[in-house]
Amino acid sequence: MEIFGPLWLSVQLALVTTFVLFLIGTPVAWWLARTAASWKPAAQAIVAMPIVLPPTVMGFYLLILLGPYGAIGSWWFELTGSTLTFSFTGLVIASCIYSLPFAVQPMQNAFESLPRQMLEFAWTQGASKRDAFFSVAVPMSARGFVAAAVLSFAHTLGEFGVVLMVGGNIPGETRVVSIAIYDHVESLQYGAAHQMSLLLLAFAFTVLLGMYMVNRRWSLR
Amino acid sequence: MPVRKLLLVAALLPGSLLADDVVRVAVASNFIQTAAKLTKHFSETTAVSVRISSGSTGKLYAQIINGAPFDVFLAADTERPRLLEQDGYAVPGTRATYATGSLVLWSRDERLRGRNCREVLQRGDYNRLAIANPETAPYGDAAMQFLVAEGLWQGVSSHVVYGENIVQTLNYAATGNATLAIVAASLMSYPGLPSTVCMWRVPQSSHAALNQQLVLLERAADDEAANSFVEYLRSDRAAAIIERDGYTVVR
Repeated sequence: MEIFGPLWLSVQLALVTTFVLFLIGTPVAWWLARTAASWKPAAQAIVAMPIVLPPTVMGFYLLILLGPYGAIGSWWFELTGSTLTFSFTGLVIASCIYSLPFAVQPMQNAFESLPRQMLEFAWTQGASKRDAFFSVAVPMSARGFVAAAVLSFAHTLGEFGVVLMVGGNIPGETRVVSIAIYDHVESLQYGAAHQMSLLLLAFAFTVLLGMYMVNRRWSLR
Repeated sequence: MPVRKLLLVAALLPGSLLADDVVRVAVASNFIQTAAKLTKHFSETTAVSVRISSGSTGKLYAQIINGAPFDVFLAADTERPRLLEQDGYAVPGTRATYATGSLVLWSRDERLRGRNCREVLQRGDYNRLAIANPETAPYGDAAMQFLVAEGLWQGVSSHVVYGENIVQTLNYAATGNATLAIVAASLMSYPGLPSTVCMWRVPQSSHAALNQQLVLLERAADDEAANSFVEYLRSDRAAAIIERDGYTVVR
């Protein structure tokens, strides 16, 4: 019974997605936290949309967009000769969009609660903006970063609808654990479905418990 | 609560909760188009309304044995209806073959213009081939049997993507995400389908017959409307509609 294949694939997807979201999400969150631009609410709304939108809406658009006739997919197709849909890379793109708010929002909250004087003090002491960001803002926002990492990772692991629509269920490439469970249920292999589901249940509880315990310790400090 | 308010609430409730002249039918995805035509015809002549839910045969089966409120099951195989009958979920003796399907290899990809689909499949110079999940969808199982029988399975397995049901499989090719798809021939009349660039009929001898059976489910054993719908499905008038959509019907 292949249980660990799909599970490992999901973990890989979640790790890569979390990493990419740190690269993309940090500057976005920093900008959102500090900007006074009139279109900040619009930017915030765009970032938060995946929370509200049904996965089918995202899956549908991505199927078109990443396909060989789509804006992104056609370009990728020219470059590599294969489509982005039905590929691990495609799932990473989909997951980054799907989990974006779960990375950006905790970071943004953390940045917003930074005392402005701290940064200004660092600047007056001759630190460059970049230095001040990495030596003052980042350590002081550790809690936000931890929350962003945990939530992006866990939310990507729980992804189903989008993958069902753009994944194509390829073992080792796009058959992630949620899809494998769905298949097992549909083909009445309840034993395998139970094993995988129980593992995920335990995992979800452990991760969230860990996060809330860390949170509590931090707030007691 | 005053009666008037109660009436108002009742008017807002879905009809199914009030009257029971509604037949709930679970339909395998490949048959959804035809089922819609049949129910329209049936409803016009009897004033019974029919509600259709569609999905892969495997999913609908799993839903039925877990208590889904369906009255009639139109499967895409004979195996699930047989199991339902055997395990007491279906009314004994109501199991019948209502249609026999076939497969086509299909593409809308302009790059295949003027070429033979079958040859493209053979030579492997395409990107992705979509078939329905053989584990859950009978048309996917038949597609796989064909590929194995022709000795193509080894070659295509690195190209294959799996649709959750036969309509999603067609969607993969209709959006161009897969170059080729092996789908039910009946789907070729799907409205909104992009125009065909190449199509090849898969010989029915290359896979087990795609006999599709129906059963009356146990909860509707004494339901007159459901019984009359099953009776209608086996009538000559229904058979004519089914045949027009590309199936064979044994009368």
